[in-house]
Amino acid sequence: MKKYSLNVLLVLFAVGLLFAAHYRVIDSYIQIVAMTIGINIMMSTSLNLVNGNMGEFTCGHAAFMCVGAYVSSILSVLCFGSKFGDPLLPAASVVLVFPLILLIGGVVAAVSSLLVSVPSFKTRDDYLAIISIAVNYMIISALENMDFIGGSRGFQGMKDTVWSMIDIFDGPWMLFWVITFTFFTIWVIRRFISSTYGKGVNAICQDEVAAEIMSVNTNKIKIINFMVAAGLAGCAGGLYAHIIGYVNPQSFNILKSTEAMVMVYLGGMGSLSGAVISAILFTCLLEVLRSQAIVDALLSPVTLMFPDWEPSAGVIKWVMIPLLLVIVMQFRPEGIMGNRELSDVFPWLKKFYRFK
Amino acid sequence: MQTQVQTETTPVLEIRKLTQRFGGLTAVNDFNVRLMPGELTGLIGPNGAGKTTVFNLVSGFYQPTEGEILVDGVPTAGLRPHKVTALGAARTFQNIRLWNDMTVLDNIRVAQHYQLGYGFFHSVVRSKRYKEREAEIAKEASELLEVFDLQRYAEELPKNLPYGTQRKLEIARALSSHPKLLLLDEPAAGLNSSDVLELIRLVRWIHEKFDVTIWMIEHHMDVMMELATQIKVIDFGETIAEGTPDHIRNHPAVITAYLGDDNI
Amino acid sequence: MDFIIQNVLNALQWGSFYALIALGYTLVYGVLRLINFAHGDIFMVGAYIAFFVSGFLLGPVIGLSPAMAFAVTVPLTMALTSLVGVTLERIAYRPLRRKGAHRLYVVITALMCGLILEYSNLAVLGASRLKFPELIEKQIWHLGGVTLTNLKVLVIATAIVVFLFLQWVVTRTRVGMAMRAISYDKFAIPLMGIPSDNIIVFTFILGSGFAGLAGLLFAMSYPVLEPFMGMLIGWKAFIAAVVGGIGDIKGAFVGGFLLGFIEVGVVTVFPSTYRDLFAFTILLLILWMKPTGLFGMPQSTKI
Repeated sequence: MKKYSLNVLLVLFAVGLLFAAHYRVIDSYIQIVAMTIGINIMMSTSLNLVNGNMGEFTCGHAAFMCVGAYVSSILSVLCFGSKFGDPLLPAASVVLVFPLILLIGGVVAAVSSLLVSVPSFKTRDDYLAIISIAVNYMIISALENMDFIGGSRGFQGMKDTVWSMIDIFDGPWMLFWVITFTFFTIWVIRRFISSTYGKGVNAICQDEVAAEIMSVNTNKIKIINFMVAAGLAGCAGGLYAHIIGYVNPQSFNILKSTEAMVMVYLGGMGSLSGAVISAILFTCLLEVLRSQAIVDALLSPVTLMFPDWEPSAGVIKWVMIPLLLVIVMQFRPEGIMGNRELSDVFPWLKKFYRFK
Repeated sequence: MQTQVQTETTPVLEIRKLTQRFGGLTAVNDFNVRLMPGELTGLIGPNGAGKTTVFNLVSGFYQPTEGEILVDGVPTAGLRPHKVTALGAARTFQNIRLWNDMTVLDNIRVAQHYQLGYGFFHSVVRSKRYKEREAEIAKEASELLEVFDLQRYAEELPKNLPYGTQRKLEIARALSSHPKLLLLDEPAAGLNSSDVLELIRLVRWIHEKFDVTIWMIEHHMDVMMELATQIKVIDFGETIAEGTPDHIRNHPAVITAYLGDDNI
Repeated sequence: MDFIIQNVLNALQWGSFYALIALGYTLVYGVLRLINFAHGDIFMVGAYIAFFVSGFLLGPVIGLSPAMAFAVTVPLTMALTSLVGVTLERIAYRPLRRKGAHRLYVVITALMCGLILEYSNLAVLGASRLKFPELIEKQIWHLGGVTLTNLKVLVIATAIVVFLFLQWVVTRTRVGMAMRAISYDKFAIPLMGIPSDNIIVFTFILGSGFAGLAGLLFAMSYPVLEPFMGMLIGWKAFIAAVVGGIGDIKGAFVGGFLLGFIEVGVVTVFPSTYRDLFAFTILLLILWMKPTGLFGMPQSTKI
């Protein structure tokens, strides 16, 4: 029984969070932060699969998030929105259909990952980095040129779906879906990577030639690994689109990809728990530094010297976070966790969980 | 009955008129070999003679320019290396290529990929088939470690093991894929003299215990003379001699290839 | 016909900018196997340095004539920009290299340094765009139906001269030989008595210096400065360098011009919003067919 205690604890925590949100114990701002944390966990753990476990260097993960976000947004508007005419489905079916819509977004994102995974048969490292950046730009700019879904002005109308859910039951639906999908992501990744099948991914990372010659079908494993990563990122994108209620191609540009990369390398390459921890830390840091008061306090010695200078938190945030990261890298060049898991650092934890 | 006769007469490895060119360089030229089940054969030659190229061709890492290779009667043309391994030709490497950040046990387990019998979906939902197969693989892997006397290292990382043990582990990993043919690429390279003696014992033991055909490249002549029943000598991609160890030891062409020609 | 020549000239000008920046990427990559993601922002910093230097020189304290100011601005901008590049390498990259950090952590650090440069610029100077002063009086020549400005000629000529110079440095001089040697085996270099850190600093001086020059020329051609001007052009130049075969001077040069031609070519046929889509698709196709770029050596794996 003891070995399930962590799972039970997590479920209790999630249920507690939902109740707190439902009875307005935590305000909508905290809810948004919690949802952002969930989405960032999905992004960083899924990218970790490619950049950490497989040791590739792709810098365009936001592209797949973008595909997922657009596909599920369009589906969601088609099914429940009024933008493209009458809704195709009755509003009552939304609770069942919504996760399907997210998963379809994920599947399309997974298919689009072939753009990166097929070239990865022949090449890796920096050349693959470029291919992924190019794919990121391509997808954004393709969407910007599609006028029927708003082009560069963005696309909206997904809130209708959320409202339909709230009509059925007035609760924190999006928080519920984010928590569900975050658990789903970690569950999938954890099981995949700990099976003998998924260990082929690590084998490719450490010695691709040996992996191929020791009977690992490297091309197939690569495709599947990329697909899983991109698919989960696509689900994250769908959730993101429905939380904000608006998507714009530029919200998935290279800066978004950079955020995901930062979380992976901050957590430590190939460490699932590291990716989760760094996603939480990173999101919290971003939120803390959004507060103008905190930024002003931090910069007060400087503003005393230059009274005319009025730094805005939105800008200073993006100076401080990279700076912090550069400093962290200097002291811990392998990231927070290295390639270890939490249970390797604290072996007693093993008694309390059994994800495998 | 028919198949019985066939397996007895099918060579484990047959290479016919194998030629490999890299640009203008002919690395292997008109190479022929026939290995029958249970043989322990050697391949020697000076550095750069094309020995490892032959192994790379057999394991499917290169596609031959000409000629054909049959592993257990099946032509390997166009097959990728993992398929060739699945046919029953495993190998080790000149420079040890273990997966250094995976435990010893995982190193053995991943080499089972060719007969995994389940895919991504099964691994995620942990189906019955997944559980059965993982249990079998785990059992088999730990048995293999046991017979190789590596059990106590099961949870260690290969990079922390002594060099000789790493060699041994690499051979164990190759055997984990149940090969009919085991290619050993300089297994004694970098070993000290006591390790070499152990290696000789190990190879002989593997040959008997696992009922596997072994083809071996080696520079240590004492290893070769001790183990091999047949030796093939190549130089500049051409076969210059073949026969029993004693025959090779005194073959004039071999002596010329290794020590140079007096007449120059 | 005139239309074509006019567009070829535009393509050459854009190609020159890409080539000048791509050369910096390729130099650093060739020596350190490091994608210096901050390079595009060093280009941006170069443009700003040029702005302040020329403003100071033209201003009341010194009061040089525009032509004189230009002559002084060029070396000063290059020197100051290379100082920025060397500072980055000294405080951010070198300590990581010494600690033997994974190569990708250095790349991430470079990416972060780029962000720091962009946003600290935004924080200090604000979001208002700056207008670059006119240093060289713009002359427009009409040859038939083709319009040619002296700036265009200057930009293209500079790119070619810089390329020839770098090609000479890398292939003909002792420093260049050491640079190539480091890229083959960085552990053997100190054993041969070559001070590898000095060579690396020299590489950064070259790369950043020419990025500064590109920044100056860009600011003169398109005289509006903003903190994110280096971002897209930097990524694109990097892709150009890779398409040419990163680590190869010739490759960066050809890749830069290729990208220039593709972009201008797309814009003449399609609406300009399709520029990036087509440019990246074509580059992707090239990399699919030749994964190591046009001039890159195939990576060979030895068993």
